[in-house]
Amino acid sequence: MTVFTEETRARAREIIARYPADRSRSALLPLLHLVQAEEGYVSPAGVEFCAEVLGLNKAQVGAVATFYTMYKRRPTGDYLVSVCTNTMCNVLGGQEVYDTLAEHLGVGHDETSADGRITLEHAECLAACDYGPVMTVNYDFFDGVDPQTAVGVVDELRAGGRPMPTRGARLCTLKEMSVQLAGFADEREGAVADGGPGEPTLRGLRLAQQHGISVPGFDPNTPIKRRDAGEKPAPATPATAAPGVKTPVDGAPPAPRDAKAAEAAGVAANAPAGDGKPAGDDAGAQERSLKEASASARSELASPAVASERGAEQ
Amino acid sequence: MTTPRPETLAKLTPVLTKRWLSPDAWRIGTYEKLDGYAALRKALRAHPDDLIQLIKDSGLRGRGGAGFPTGLKWGFIPQGDGKPHYLVVNADEGEPGTCKDLPLMTHDPHSLVEGVIIASYAIRANRAYIYIRGEAVHAARRLRNAVQEAYARGYLGKNVLGSGFDLDLVVHSGAGAYICGEETALLDSLEGFRGQPRLRPPFPATHGLYASPTVVNNVGTIASVPYIVLGGADWWKSMGTEKSSGPMIYSLSGRVANPGQYECSMGVTLRELLELAGGMQPGHTLKFWTPGGSSTPLLTAEHLDVPLDFESVAAAGSILGTTATQIFSDQDCPVYATYRWLEFYHHESCGKCTPCREGNYWMVRVYRRILAGQGTHEDLDTLLDTCDNILGRSFCGLGDGATSSVTSSLTYFKQDYLDYIEGRTAPKLSDKQLVGAH
Repeated sequence: MTVFTEETRARAREIIARYPADRSRSALLPLLHLVQAEEGYVSPAGVEFCAEVLGLNKAQVGAVATFYTMYKRRPTGDYLVSVCTNTMCNVLGGQEVYDTLAEHLGVGHDETSADGRITLEHAECLAACDYGPVMTVNYDFFDGVDPQTAVGVVDELRAGGRPMPTRGARLCTLKEMSVQLAGFADEREGAVADGGPGEPTLRGLRLAQQHGISVPGFDPNTPIKRRDAGEKPAPATPATAAPGVKTPVDGAPPAPRDAKAAEAAGVAANAPAGDGKPAGDDAGAQERSLKEASASARSELASPAVASERGAEQ
Repeated sequence: MTTPRPETLAKLTPVLTKRWLSPDAWRIGTYEKLDGYAALRKALRAHPDDLIQLIKDSGLRGRGGAGFPTGLKWGFIPQGDGKPHYLVVNADEGEPGTCKDLPLMTHDPHSLVEGVIIASYAIRANRAYIYIRGEAVHAARRLRNAVQEAYARGYLGKNVLGSGFDLDLVVHSGAGAYICGEETALLDSLEGFRGQPRLRPPFPATHGLYASPTVVNNVGTIASVPYIVLGGADWWKSMGTEKSSGPMIYSLSGRVANPGQYECSMGVTLRELLELAGGMQPGHTLKFWTPGGSSTPLLTAEHLDVPLDFESVAAAGSILGTTATQIFSDQDCPVYATYRWLEFYHHESCGKCTPCREGNYWMVRVYRRILAGQGTHEDLDTLLDTCDNILGRSFCGLGDGATSSVTSSLTYFKQDYLDYIEGRTAPKLSDKQLVGAH
């Protein structure tokens, strides 16, 4: 367990403090990103580290780590190149981009080039279909790629360069990216400001701007209706309410009534889940944990830190 | 490019996207100059119940695909129950074709943060989480920055703007699992488990995060809230249709001249959207399209005039979903497109229930066989039979969604399947990709 530095432990404590004190398990996903930041993948030592700081066993952590695609189970290169081969990018040429890169690098899906620089993967939809076909390097976008530009990007990466993504911030290594995924700010000067919107993002807006179109009738001082009928704006208002949405006609307070009915229905119909998930805890524990959590978020050193030190002693 | 007609241009409703034109709108200073946090000040002077009623009156429906009335969802949260309440924003955008939330969080993150604060105040939550898709790193950078800025200005933390209301907001990155866009799987993931859906009831409104009352809303839904608070329910309803109110960001991708984001009044048609987007690419004719991502049944050129609102799309046999209109032409093969989507569902199936886990596994193999020119007529029956065993029998919507493109493509494009089976179309996959398909 020597691989994880005191800095990583301090970060782990910081992550745990974001969540309610007796809900520290919520910190597991960010913690897995954190150990990946240290080693480039989630190693057995990384699993052990997470288990130790959260008071879980290694099987519980391993079961979670192996479920999620972004946790890599083998050492990765400095740059993770993901090519979208889902339907839209695929038909627009993403499959050729992936096939070309696989041949050029001599690797398959989830494999790392011989020089240890680049890990290649084919990805499912990366939520940039209007820019397709897309690929990402450490999850920052290169839009509208073709096989030649993609090969150009990886060659530059292998030669030690850092090509600028089409959108998103200047590149960092996969390990540095994993620190951000664990929930820490991007500390690089100006990185948050990088990457303006591309044309597809703005197309509808530009059209509206060109033709002087805006939505009429917007008045930011429109009053919020109060339930005590005192200041009814216009008698026509209730009649125009969308069907399916209950509108009070008598000025009685509707929200509490809805809430009461919902609660009654909920209590009657909803026995707590019985599938082994942490449902149905008593309310007292919840309140207590919230109080402790807000206290610990302020004082930084709280019970999770104690737990991790206890773990370290073992 | 020909200019769209004035009546078509009038369908554009730049509301949620408006600030994207200001390059620095992600900074709090610029955001504040553009009406930013004015809605929060206004909301904090109102009673939380009045805010819930306002959202009910606006007719706002969830922007994540299901279209559930937002005000009603907020109203389900039991008040005075002594339990902590939570607001969780579903920012796990991953539905194939969908690309509206990422630009919003990247270019206007404060509108989401402001919406979170108002919504939390309304449902009396003192903790909120934004569960953002892991891969969305740049959006997360901007969002984390926005949250930090909001804390520094007193919009978050203890005693927000002196109102006595406390709120902590955490941006939580996922780790690459599509299933975590399903709200109960998202909650499990946020609790540090594998992202697998939960049995309902109980619903998140009473037993959500940490078994406490929880509202889970999509990014677009929450980002709409500040505009409704400012402009009022009647102004919001001046856009859209009677039952589907407001503006909606339509994401056009594929074989169109100008793919991109077009925020329009709900109920715009694909014909109008295509007009705005400069038509199809030269040499391409519309063949099939998805109205709202790959989990919504395919539509065809017959459906160009279907109003894209919740009711009309449902009446046309599909689902409005996330309004991710992926547009395919006569040069694209619906069989191959469906096969690629199935590979996705097979990969993303969480494995909890048998119909989805096994059904998608086998359907992928049947498709590979058909695309390799070795399919049989019985394969088509097998596909439909498998879909029958997945749809309505899966634990959550992922399995149901997987069958959408299979059954709809078999309805509209059976001939394309028969052409592979009967040897009129050259095989698209080689034999070596067929290993394990029999």
